[in-house]
Amino acid sequence: MLEIKNLHATVGGKGILKGLNLTIGAGEVHAIMGPNGSGKSTLSYVLSGREGYDVTEGEVIYQGRNLLEMAPEERAGAGVFLAFQYPVEIPGVPNTTFLREAVNAVRKYRNEPTLDPMAFMKVLRGKIKELGVSDDLIKRPVNVGFSGGEKKRNEILQMALLNPALAILDETDSGLDIDALKTVADGVNTLRAPDRSVLIITHYQRLLDYIVPDHVHVLAHGRIARSGGKELAQELEKTGYAGFTGEAA
Amino acid sequence: MAANVETIEQVQAVSEKYKYGFVTDIETDTAPKGLSEDIVRFISHKKNEPEWLLQWRLKAYRHWLTMPEPEWAKVAFPPIDYQDAYYYSAPKSKTDGPKSLEDVDPELLKTYEKLGIPLKEQEMLAGVAVDAVFDSVSVATTFKGKLEEQGIIFCSMSEAVQNHPDLVRQYLGSVVPAADNKHACLNSAVFTDGSFVYIPKGVRCPMELSTYFRINAANTGQFERTLVIADAGSYVSYLEGCTAPMRDENQLHAAVVELVALDDAEIKYSTVQNWYPGDENGVGGIYNFVTKRGACRGRNSKISWTQVETGSAITWKYPSCILQGDNSVGEFYSVAITNNMQQADTGTKMIHLGKNTRSRIVSKGISAGRSQQTYRGLVKVSPKASGARNHTQCDSLLIGDRCGAHTVPYIESRNRNAILEHEATTSKISEDQLFYCRQRGISQEDAVALVVNGFCREVLQQLPMEFAVEAQKLVGISLEGSVG
Amino acid sequence: MSESTATADILDRFGPGAAMAGTPALPWLERLRAGARQRVAATGLPTPKLESWKYTNLRPLEKLIFGPQAQERISIDRLPSLLPQGQSAQRLVFVNGLFRPDLSTRTALPDGVRAGSLAEALAEGNGGELSDLLGQIAGSGEGQAMLDLNTAMMTDGFLLHIGAGVRLELPIEVIYLGAAPREPQAFHPRSLIVMEENSRAIVVEHHDGIGDGAYFANHGCEVRVGKGAELRHYKVQAEAEDAIHLANLHVEVHAKGVYDNFILTRGARLSRNEVSVRLTAPGAECHLNGVYMLRGDQHCDNTTTIEHLAPETASREVFKGVLDERARGVFQGKIVVHPKAQRSDGHQLSKALLLSDSAEIDAKPELEIYADDVKCSHGATAGDMDREALFYLRARGIPEETARHMLIEAFLSDTINSLAAEGLCPALMSSVGHWLSDAATGGEL
Repeated sequence: MLEIKNLHATVGGKGILKGLNLTIGAGEVHAIMGPNGSGKSTLSYVLSGREGYDVTEGEVIYQGRNLLEMAPEERAGAGVFLAFQYPVEIPGVPNTTFLREAVNAVRKYRNEPTLDPMAFMKVLRGKIKELGVSDDLIKRPVNVGFSGGEKKRNEILQMALLNPALAILDETDSGLDIDALKTVADGVNTLRAPDRSVLIITHYQRLLDYIVPDHVHVLAHGRIARSGGKELAQELEKTGYAGFTGEAA
Repeated sequence: MAANVETIEQVQAVSEKYKYGFVTDIETDTAPKGLSEDIVRFISHKKNEPEWLLQWRLKAYRHWLTMPEPEWAKVAFPPIDYQDAYYYSAPKSKTDGPKSLEDVDPELLKTYEKLGIPLKEQEMLAGVAVDAVFDSVSVATTFKGKLEEQGIIFCSMSEAVQNHPDLVRQYLGSVVPAADNKHACLNSAVFTDGSFVYIPKGVRCPMELSTYFRINAANTGQFERTLVIADAGSYVSYLEGCTAPMRDENQLHAAVVELVALDDAEIKYSTVQNWYPGDENGVGGIYNFVTKRGACRGRNSKISWTQVETGSAITWKYPSCILQGDNSVGEFYSVAITNNMQQADTGTKMIHLGKNTRSRIVSKGISAGRSQQTYRGLVKVSPKASGARNHTQCDSLLIGDRCGAHTVPYIESRNRNAILEHEATTSKISEDQLFYCRQRGISQEDAVALVVNGFCREVLQQLPMEFAVEAQKLVGISLEGSVG
Repeated sequence: MSESTATADILDRFGPGAAMAGTPALPWLERLRAGARQRVAATGLPTPKLESWKYTNLRPLEKLIFGPQAQERISIDRLPSLLPQGQSAQRLVFVNGLFRPDLSTRTALPDGVRAGSLAEALAEGNGGELSDLLGQIAGSGEGQAMLDLNTAMMTDGFLLHIGAGVRLELPIEVIYLGAAPREPQAFHPRSLIVMEENSRAIVVEHHDGIGDGAYFANHGCEVRVGKGAELRHYKVQAEAEDAIHLANLHVEVHAKGVYDNFILTRGARLSRNEVSVRLTAPGAECHLNGVYMLRGDQHCDNTTTIEHLAPETASREVFKGVLDERARGVFQGKIVVHPKAQRSDGHQLSKALLLSDSAEIDAKPELEIYADDVKCSHGATAGDMDREALFYLRARGIPEETARHMLIEAFLSDTINSLAAEGLCPALMSSVGHWLSDAATGGEL
């Protein structure tokens, strides 16, 4: 699904990722954990193609294609979905309009017929019910005035609608109370499928109680410092990142 | 007509960008080039006008000669050679005078169909009556009969001069005096046609009234004059749209619109202005120098202007409200988009004269390319306007670092019991918002259109449904090529 | 030739003898004056036909016939100082535009600081140094007729030079007095403030009148705030009732410099503060704040221009006015962000309280933006005081008059209390108090 080889990236001239290697197979759920400033969010932005995040070395192969050459919207069309740590507010644009634009844009990339407003509403209503999102959320402008929990739910709703092959969850658990956390986790779990991979980026282990990963990696100083199974997350919960925060040897 | 063929070819080559840029090949009846008292007499004679109107025109023309060009607006263009234009151009017709739809040249009907404005009533969208103005004259007015049943007059200005001279004489120039400003003065001298609307007492106009303006002929100025009178207790919603072919030279459009709302009457006036804006290098395009003003003469009357300005090389336009009647309300909702080399200086004037008058201004300006855009507005409260209230919100959005966005409000209050509030912001289009959209698969250009539409939403919501959808698309088209 | 006649006419009106008192004839200064003289002659004095003078008419000026320059005997005890003894580093007093050593208090200043009279400095032969500054910060662009008049006619003024790295903690107080007991007086003080790198200073200007005679004070002031320097420049204008006070202030701020300006206006029948600030290098910042309190037929115009010429420059501006009786307030504020000034940040606010049915406010806050990555905003409000608040206070037993005063003070105080030189706030608030107690405010409810 995704193969990251020797990835180096800079932000504003400062090296953040320094030779990161990671392979994610189809249907796998990987968690990347690490202390603040280890490059977790940079990785999610590099994978989604945000401006200002410059790859200086290495490559990223996604479904056999060079991901780094693709525009952000092409990546989305090809199934890369990023659930933002801080979802962006877009005043004046109703959430429904935004979701429909996005769904139809992605359908076009995939050579699927676009949905007319009526058909789309039907799909949307179904997903809302499934995910337990309130009706009100889709009528308001995108993320404007949403609470932290509502914003994250909106991200999961978008993920469900866009049907990605690779979902990247960037600190999706931050700022959530336990109920919201469960909703979000349920949302992700229902999407787990043999042809869909998930990359969870998180500081804390608690989300991993609800979304159990197949592999856990520790990111430190811009590269994977250690990899293991789900038990690694529990170990980190006890020991913290103390072993990883010192200067790399 | 060789020139026309050539233009058509050029137009076809670039028609993706400005799809209204075609030329209709039609025989026209044109006055000699240039401007003089004789031309003014010619126009008046062609229209078989009464003597008082001819004298009114001549007075305006003589005054116009003495007036300097207005120079206060933040727009730059070479001096206009008023002698290098035609002041009268009309599609030739077999019969003079008002026509029924059957008499309209099929070429013209085709033109309007191409523009998305079918004039055949059976094809029309239910609920919209159209007056189509082609170059200097009105060519067709639809649904006339149905409106007449309720006593509503909706016809061309030329017809109104013939059939309703008293109403015309009473109101023409009563809101925008002939000598108001140089462009309005020229219009008073040479106006050729336009729409006339009268809604009788207590009548709520059952359908949207609409005028569609089209400049076709080369080197032609268009000087239409619109007059809307809403008698006591009546209501009307009026829409206008404008397009022109793509031509290398600049064409002058100097229109005047006068609105009069009597006691408890309401006029909603919406414009989607999409005149040809010129090319990427600023060659060609319409000079849109328009004077629009409404008088809320009656108590509790209301005039609401909504404009979506995307076209024209230069826009100079300030739809205003004179709030004379106590408790009257003026509104101005505006979206102006400038791209490439366009220049726009637009805004409004709210003159509070009556007690408890209220006004609201929402202006959304988007500048892209190398364009320059200015919001210019005046809110004035006279000593007698106790309890007056104004709220103004002006937001500018810049796309790219070569354009300019300027805000010049004048706020003048001479009444302690008036409350005026003005807020303005300027910011760039947010990279975060664009990236968020793109991560969801929406292309860069669509993302810009989406974000800008969101930015303008408050204004676009004011438009009647049919127009709102068109306007939303226009926002996207106007900004094509502005990012990236 | 009509031009020279016109020159003579315009300049002659403002009193004979334009030579700077006791200054040697300096060729550069003569050239500067001649250029200014020519420009005023060509344009004449501003009229409301000019966009920037739309709301202010200088007609009252035309009616005054000025007598020869006169000096008055003034007792040092009668000086209207804002600052108590010992609270200023220096007190420099000018009467009708001329420096008065007899009234000034000149305590020793740290090395690298020069504070005194411009005429004195020129007489001492500092000409060479001043030739690079005087008239150069303001430039000789069009539309500066009043500054040109000042340049052509200037007699004396305040000079301050703070050397690199010098930090002056106590304010320097400059008192300008107008006195015209016999014939109307016209004077054209010219000031210059130069802050070298990383220096700091506080300047407090106090403009006042002695007696009732009419006079015309036409100030010109140029300020350079060097790299990393900070100047707090506060002014209280409490001129005599019949005075006309015009002030042109030109400021340039260099990298990371801060210019902090405040103007309180309560005097003069006609006044205008024209402030122009150029933020020339990254990190430069300015604050322009002011309050004005007017009644009778007073007219006050605050016209400001802030030019963001470099990236990452910031400006903040708040003007608040209280207008009673037939008074008229004018605020014209312009923020210009030039094409290179990315990531600039400019905010501006104008608020006016109208206390009578005949008062008027004209506000024109203006943004001119040529760079996209900016954050700029402005706001303006006009209206009466909050009636609910007034009622609330009265319902608690506070007499109406007191309640009104409380609300006016509250309206103005947040601008004054947010000033960086906190030590001056009480003195400024007491100036507000003076105005309030001068006459009953507000009409009927």
